[in-house]
Amino acid sequence: MDSVAQRLANVGSSAALELRGVTRMFGALAALSDVTMTVRPGERRAVLGSNGAGKTTLFNCITGDFLPTSGAIRFFGEDVTSFPPYERIRRGLRRTYQISSLFPGLTVEDNIYLATRGVSRGRFSFLRPGLSDPLKAATRSLIEAVHLTPVAQRKVAELAYGQQRQLEIALALAGAPRFILFDEPAAGLSPTERRELIEILTSLPSHIGYIIIEHDMDVALRVVESVTMMHNGRIFKEGNPQEIEADPEVQELYLGGGHG
Amino acid sequence: MALVQNRGAARAQAFDFGEPAPWIVAVVLILLPLVSNGFFLSEIFGQTLILGVIALSLMFLAGYGGMVSLMQLTIAGVAGYMFALFGVSGSHNISLNWPWWLATPMALALATLFGTVGGALAVRTEGIYTIMITLAIGAAFYFFTNQNYALFNGHTGMNSIETPSFWGVDWRASLPFYYLTLLVAGACYFAVDYLGRAPFGLALQGVRDNPRRMAALGFHVNAHRIAAYAFAAFLAGLGGILQVWNYKQISPGSVSPDACINVLIIAVVGGVTRPVGPFIGAFIFVMLRTFALDFLREIGLDGNRFRLLIGVGFLVIVFWSPDGVIGLWERWRRSHAPARPQGGGGHG
Repeated sequence: MDSVAQRLANVGSSAALELRGVTRMFGALAALSDVTMTVRPGERRAVLGSNGAGKTTLFNCITGDFLPTSGAIRFFGEDVTSFPPYERIRRGLRRTYQISSLFPGLTVEDNIYLATRGVSRGRFSFLRPGLSDPLKAATRSLIEAVHLTPVAQRKVAELAYGQQRQLEIALALAGAPRFILFDEPAAGLSPTERRELIEILTSLPSHIGYIIIEHDMDVALRVVESVTMMHNGRIFKEGNPQEIEADPEVQELYLGGGHG
Repeated sequence: MALVQNRGAARAQAFDFGEPAPWIVAVVLILLPLVSNGFFLSEIFGQTLILGVIALSLMFLAGYGGMVSLMQLTIAGVAGYMFALFGVSGSHNISLNWPWWLATPMALALATLFGTVGGALAVRTEGIYTIMITLAIGAAFYFFTNQNYALFNGHTGMNSIETPSFWGVDWRASLPFYYLTLLVAGACYFAVDYLGRAPFGLALQGVRDNPRRMAALGFHVNAHRIAAYAFAAFLAGLGGILQVWNYKQISPGSVSPDACINVLIIAVVGGVTRPVGPFIGAFIFVMLRTFALDFLREIGLDGNRFRLLIGVGFLVIVFWSPDGVIGLWERWRRSHAPARPQGGGGHG
């Protein structure tokens, strides 16, 4: 455990997220090799790359779903490399999933209530929340924020695809997030829903940073200030959106296809 | 919009007063002794309530938590044996002669501890392996009671167990015992129903649906599962105490793997989606067990084949309704429910 003085020293100076030489092997295959990156608090960054570039594995290592084979991960100055996922989440890390990962048997409200409960005390409470429960109020405002009020009492299994994607985002916004990992939040959304998504992302409080994996350049480059390009488990380029878009190597490898 | 919110409010109240059925059942159960003789009270309804409580503990684990435990009857048996061990029984060299009001909490605590430790082992596995490991615990306990004479009196078990008697009431007499059982079963039923919407129960359902996401929301998934085993063990322990008071004896036969599997049959036949399911299953099971023999003789068959009837009944129910009698009932209600104006919006 760091001393209080060490922790305080970290407050101003530390990065939100710091990866040092993170490698993840699946058998002989290196899904991530020697990934080093630093993300400032409040920074918004896109991670781009073709399928199999290691983007989702990167997320899984950051959240602790997989432990890295080697390397170190620091979250707001604290070494979380060997922490289980729930310990990282309780420190303000959040993530969304590429394929919606929800609780289909529960209502929208219960899904979000669980998310707010997960990052506060009373996870084992035997008492039902009253109407004045602060987490209930937080739940309602989150439901509003992602435009799900009309379906708040519906079971998630009954929701339309786009609504499930909205809920996926709401779960990541519960509590007091400090840094969020968005895994292809726009996948499968209609143009209208994409506009709503961009609005949600750009209107997040400025102290909340995020990394977004997104194939839709129109979404990705509009909501970030920096871009990391990955290929075969390695970072091969970093820059701001304009630089990345203009880079001939990037265009050939990634943008050349459908994204003229 | 207002419509939707009203609907939500109505649903929130449904548990309390909205449905007439639970209240009708409650009144019937309370007035039952007026029309029922002692045999029906203790052998049919008392047994239904006791087995219902033990099966309810499985319903809590399986329905809310997605964990099928075959050791719930074993936990009840631990409570029963511990009551015999700490309390007063015919085995004077074994029993410690504690008064019932000390022996009961001690037995409950040890049964809960037993179930928690067993749960801590079981949560490391999933699906069929959970069933296997809990069955193994049940079988091990059965053989242990058979062979251990120092604590469990071996094959004979513990007999002439003294039951509570206070306030001038012999609580083992059929009428007081029926009400005592009804009180405990009712409390267990409402506790499980209530917990389903409390943070602990909701989180358990979250763990059942999507454990990985629960971890990504800040929950310690296995701690939650173990806590569920602990709570379920407490329920099963209550059932076990009632059972040992009822029979005044306990032996390895009471905790045999057969009896363990009966609890699974009761829960599955009744349905594990709602807490009332295990009680319905227990009623069907007790009726079949009690009357199948006479029924078979009546139609000229060998009465010893009554287990066959139970097995066939089990197959029929599970074949027609994988979610038990409760599932049948809910489907029937849905198909006969008058179409409510806002009901159609539910599947937009």
